[in-house]
Amino acid sequence: MSQLNLHLKVWRQNAGQPGHFQDIEAPEIPDHASFLEMMDIVNERLIAKGEEPVAFDHDCREGICGMCSMQINGVPHGPEKATTTCQLHMRKFRTGDTIWIEPFRAKAFPVIKDLVVDRGAFDRIQQAGGFVSVRTGAPQDANALPIGKEIADAAMDAAECIGCGACVAACKNASAMLFVSAKAGQLNLLPQGKPEKDRRTLGMVRQMDKEGFGNCTNQYECEAACPKQISVRWITKLNRDYAVAAIKDAFGNSPKVAGGGD
Amino acid sequence: MSLDSHIPSGPMAMKWSKHKQDSKLINPKNKRKFTVLVVGSGLAGSSAAATLSELGYKVKCFCFQDSARRAHSIAAQGGINAAKNYQNDGDSVHRLFYDTVKGGDFRAREANVHRLAEVSVNIIDQCVAQGVPFAREYGGMLANRSFGGAQVSRTFYARGQTGQQLLLGAYSALNKEIAGGGVEMYSRMEMLDIVTVDGHAKGIITRNLVTGKIEAHAGDAVLLCTGGYGNVFYLSTNAMGCNVTATWRAHKKGAFFANPCYTQIHPTCIPVSGDYQSKLTLMSESLRNDGRVWVPKKKEDCGKAPSQIAEADRDYYLERKYPSFGNLAPRDISSRAAKEACDDGRGVGPGGRGVYLDFAEAIQQFGANTIAERYGNLFEMYERITGESAYKQPMRIYPAVHYTMGGLWVDYNLMSNLPGLHVLGEANFSDHGANRLGASALMQGLADGYFVIPTTIANYLVSQKPGSITTEHPEFKKALEDCTSQTKGFLNNKGKRSVDSFHRELGLLVWEKCGMARDKAGLTEAINRIPELREEFKQNVFVPGSGDACNPELEKAGRVADFMEFAELLCLDARHREESCGGHFRSEYQYPDGEAKRDDENFCYAAAWEYTGNFGAPTLNKEPLSFEEVHLAVRSYK
Amino acid sequence: MSAVFDSLSRFYASSIGKKILVALTGLILLGFVLGHMIGNLLIFAGQDAINEYGHLLQTALHGGGVWIARAGLLVAVVIHIVATISLTRANRAAREDKYGMQKAQVSSKSSHIMIWSGLTILAFIVYHLLHFTVRAGNDYATYKTTLHGETVHDVYRMVIAGFSWAPASIFYLIAMALLCSHLSHGFSSLFQTLGISTDKSEPLFKKAGYAFAGLIFAGNAAIVLSIWLFGYGR
Ligand SMILES: Cc1cc2nc3c(=O)[nH]c(=O)nc-3n(C[C@H](O)[C@H](O)[C@H](O)COP(=O)(O)OP(=O)(O)OC[C@H]3O[C@@H](n4cnc5c(N)ncnc54)[C@H](O)[C@@H]3O)c2cc1C
Ligand code: HEM
Ligand code: HEM
Ligand code: SF4
Ligand code: F3S
Ligand code: FES
Repeated sequence: MSQLNLHLKVWRQNAGQPGHFQDIEAPEIPDHASFLEMMDIVNERLIAKGEEPVAFDHDCREGICGMCSMQINGVPHGPEKATTTCQLHMRKFRTGDTIWIEPFRAKAFPVIKDLVVDRGAFDRIQQAGGFVSVRTGAPQDANALPIGKEIADAAMDAAECIGCGACVAACKNASAMLFVSAKAGQLNLLPQGKPEKDRRTLGMVRQMDKEGFGNCTNQYECEAACPKQISVRWITKLNRDYAVAAIKDAFGNSPKVAGGGD
Repeated sequence: MSLDSHIPSGPMAMKWSKHKQDSKLINPKNKRKFTVLVVGSGLAGSSAAATLSELGYKVKCFCFQDSARRAHSIAAQGGINAAKNYQNDGDSVHRLFYDTVKGGDFRAREANVHRLAEVSVNIIDQCVAQGVPFAREYGGMLANRSFGGAQVSRTFYARGQTGQQLLLGAYSALNKEIAGGGVEMYSRMEMLDIVTVDGHAKGIITRNLVTGKIEAHAGDAVLLCTGGYGNVFYLSTNAMGCNVTATWRAHKKGAFFANPCYTQIHPTCIPVSGDYQSKLTLMSESLRNDGRVWVPKKKEDCGKAPSQIAEADRDYYLERKYPSFGNLAPRDISSRAAKEACDDGRGVGPGGRGVYLDFAEAIQQFGANTIAERYGNLFEMYERITGESAYKQPMRIYPAVHYTMGGLWVDYNLMSNLPGLHVLGEANFSDHGANRLGASALMQGLADGYFVIPTTIANYLVSQKPGSITTEHPEFKKALEDCTSQTKGFLNNKGKRSVDSFHRELGLLVWEKCGMARDKAGLTEAINRIPELREEFKQNVFVPGSGDACNPELEKAGRVADFMEFAELLCLDARHREESCGGHFRSEYQYPDGEAKRDDENFCYAAAWEYTGNFGAPTLNKEPLSFEEVHLAVRSYK
Repeated sequence: MSAVFDSLSRFYASSIGKKILVALTGLILLGFVLGHMIGNLLIFAGQDAINEYGHLLQTALHGGGVWIARAGLLVAVVIHIVATISLTRANRAAREDKYGMQKAQVSSKSSHIMIWSGLTILAFIVYHLLHFTVRAGNDYATYKTTLHGETVHDVYRMVIAGFSWAPASIFYLIAMALLCSHLSHGFSSLFQTLGISTDKSEPLFKKAGYAFAGLIFAGNAAIVLSIWLFGYGR
């Protein structure tokens, strides 16, 4: 095991105040440590000096909860493909490297502190239609509704999204389309989700717009940054589902849109 | 104090139906007047909050993560059991019930387990209706696999992320109710304390982790769905934020803590690589189907590259000790065997805490492609973390803390001895006895939340006048002050050591003395050391930053303070239980061949500890366990 | 009616709705650019060929055809521009605080400068209309020739004259390059926006887009270069 000497440029900010980059030297970092363990070491040293440690979000540290969120050297979750920050390891860096560490930046993700941002917008989008309206206890037997393996697998592809927000962070427009399309797409694809498809699509897109995310201009940076490799084909599908829903909304019997409003 | 578990009378298979029929109903108009506080948004919390709201109750739901969807249930990989018998391989509610009682080493309450097995089938229906994308066969039917050594295929799964998919299902139900106005969701809110009024749980105190504001919330009943306490060991497969605070605070307000010493160790985790290690990663147990476990026979060989160690110098200890089960020996047995090998100085890797899991033979036999098909993603994960390729050299594995069977004592209604305080999911003690079977925790969380509590909560609420207690009550004022002063205390303490350094020290101590194998002397040592450490923590902890903003160090300080107190109870319980059963292995109590020696004569009870104000001297209450359906027998895996 | 109008205005107000309009209008403009280029290339077929073509356009539907086409194009251009400017502004607003460091992993430079290539095309269109359609500041309007006994406008001579002046040619080339850039992203992008792309077709759309953009550039630039540098028709 070898050790790395690193120069960090870390974003420091308190909610509602302007932020700045702080230069932090991080010598003797074991290359077996994960990126977050490197941050732990840096924080321990800051605490030993009586300074405030760098605040960052994390929980599971195994790439599934979607809590960790750092822009590392210009890329969300860092340079490794299909890897969350917590699963990134220091052996991917070289001694002497300068590492830029920033929060996921988007107007819809306000900074709470340092690298911690508020992704509540994602929850509100889901509340605007990201569900099947079924009561507990009402359903039929699970196997009464056969679902072809291809459909089930495709829905599972979308369902892998961990809601981390890296797609928003990577997109030059801070668009949430990859996330929203994966969420809407999973349910729109499955027979269980069909009855509410239009209502869901209109509701979720409207909420997405309301939250202040940008628009998708088909850059595909989101897909490249996504730790779960969610495909931009879900965006294709959302575009299509939206067009259909909007046409029905305009010319058909208008569905009541979840999440209220007009 | 006598413990009444309120188990319904009648034959085992009829108890739950009877209880449902006998349970009280609240008329829909009145339901709206009741407020239920649900702490936790994991499988148990989300499903309970959503279902109670559907029924018409007003619900407030709390979690400390930034979104309800990130509760630790998200991390479960393997699957969820249900007695659907879709495979026609002889499964039934009774068989699932039987396996769970036996797997729990006869330390669970039969009636609860039977109910769990009964509702397991409804869980799958519910999840599928929500759009949970379980694995399917080409014909469109649900796929199953056999898990954790079960003899039937009853496990439903969604790739390697069953927990995330089930939680997203429950979270979507929760969202539906939030949108409908029935649930108010409070994320990034940590519960600091519970408020009791005249012995009833009537509210909680929370800290807003963004603004730092400490607030009181009143309700007619409180549900704790706050998960397990595995992080008392510091290193575990649990998420970093998992804590004992909610249940421990409830314990200090009078709720009994049952069987804390029942902790589960998972044998196949990636070993610790250095002292900076923050958590341990679980690797699916399925690896043991093809991997062979070994360590060098000679200590001198431990430093060598594995390829340099001749076949004759390798000790395939599981195959040697358990010729019929070999590498597939149960979790607790293979974990202990690994520990013994390492204690013997024959462990490999950093710190000598690891054993090899070797695929060379399987690769030779089936080819690398087949192995990649079976375990490709696991090998990838292993390489990402360790930088080593398991195709070229054996994996290194070591056991790690994974799950905690102990928890707050609850009756058949999932209510603790504190009226109004209900406990669901991993946070309670009820269904797994001394050992949990694979794919059963997800089942229990959802059973509790979707199907049990919605029926049983009315039995308590019906006796209550809705909204009778508000946050104006002096008990709330007092609890608020206590929490505020604790927070201030941390911040004003001019100590030298970080919170983490204390947590690490505590974790190591508990792991060494109360981990995979325990004995009286070691436990006594720990019981003596913990209060000292707790005192040092009080004197010397340093918490930078301020109380009225986001401050992760402050959050950790509160959690570690509670672990410091809880750890003592954990060790006391382990020392008092002079037998080996399930996840609790006392080296003094084993058969000559190393098998766990249960003592049904003296210890066939749930130990429900009562707080007395003195951590060192809690009162023991016993709930005797009787086995009507499944007869007490010795587990054997020879 | 008003219910329909409400829905349509909601459609326009939404991010995806606007995008779909951009794609549809982009598609119209794509068609125009291609047809227009083919028409322009008639210049290499000789004076009469292009003049006949110009005359045909002017007189189709008794002279109404050109106005219908103009109206259609105008509407398309206006919607395209208004929508893209509004999208671009929203996109800027969605990321107020810039990154200290941001790396693009897969997106092309062209896709990042759509608004600038677009605005250049807009400037070009204005200039181009003044140049050849309104014929302001020049005497091209007086260029006449006879075709089948009729006196018609001499498009051929106008274009030759137009590109004999270096600054005009240079500006045209720059505009064509940016149009090429715009199309290299826009072409395949519109299939994604309209919900048509699939994993298998996307690479084809990408290649077709590059080919299309290259073709438009090559065709139009050939006219400018052959006149300006090689003296074609002069
Ligand atoms: C790596 C791993 C893999 C697993 N795989 C499986 C498997 O394959 N099959 C299986 O059946 N089981 C598995 N388990 C076990 C299972 O995942 C858990 O036991 C189960 O999900 C617990 O659910 P829960 O709802 O009780 O608690 P959790 O999901 O832990 O939720 C706890 C909730 O309480 C909240 N909370 C906690 N403390 C506080 C506080 N103080 N204030 C406010 N909120 C608080 C949290 O925010 C969270 O929302 C696995 C566990 C691990 C660690
Ligand atoms: C002949 C002229 C033009 C053609 C053929 C054209 C074509 C296109 C096409 C096909 C797209 C892709 C649409 C999509 O992704 O769905 C596009 C996008 C765009 N156009 Fe144009 N365009 C032209 C003129 C303009 C002008 C004058 C502007 C000036 C404002 C402009 C600005 C943009 C912008 C900013 C985009 C990106 C928006 C997005 O992708 O969402 N375009 N254009
Ligand atoms: C070298 C390339 C080009 C040449 C030689 C050329 C030539 C011409 C000519 C000769 C006319 C006038 C026809 C007439 O009124 O008799 C014309 C009109 C026009 N051109 Fe071009 N053009 C070129 C490129 C473009 C491009 C790239 C665009 C669009 C982006 C464009 C848009 C138009 C428009 C909108 C008109 C007006 C049509 C009308 O309403 O009459 N042109 N062009
Ligand atoms: S789509 Fe990918 S990047 Fe976006 S939130 Fe989901 S997992 Fe994260
Ligand atoms: S990067 Fe952005 S532009 Fe669209 S394809 Fe992805 S959201
Ligand atoms: S901490 Fe959970 S995904 Fe990184």
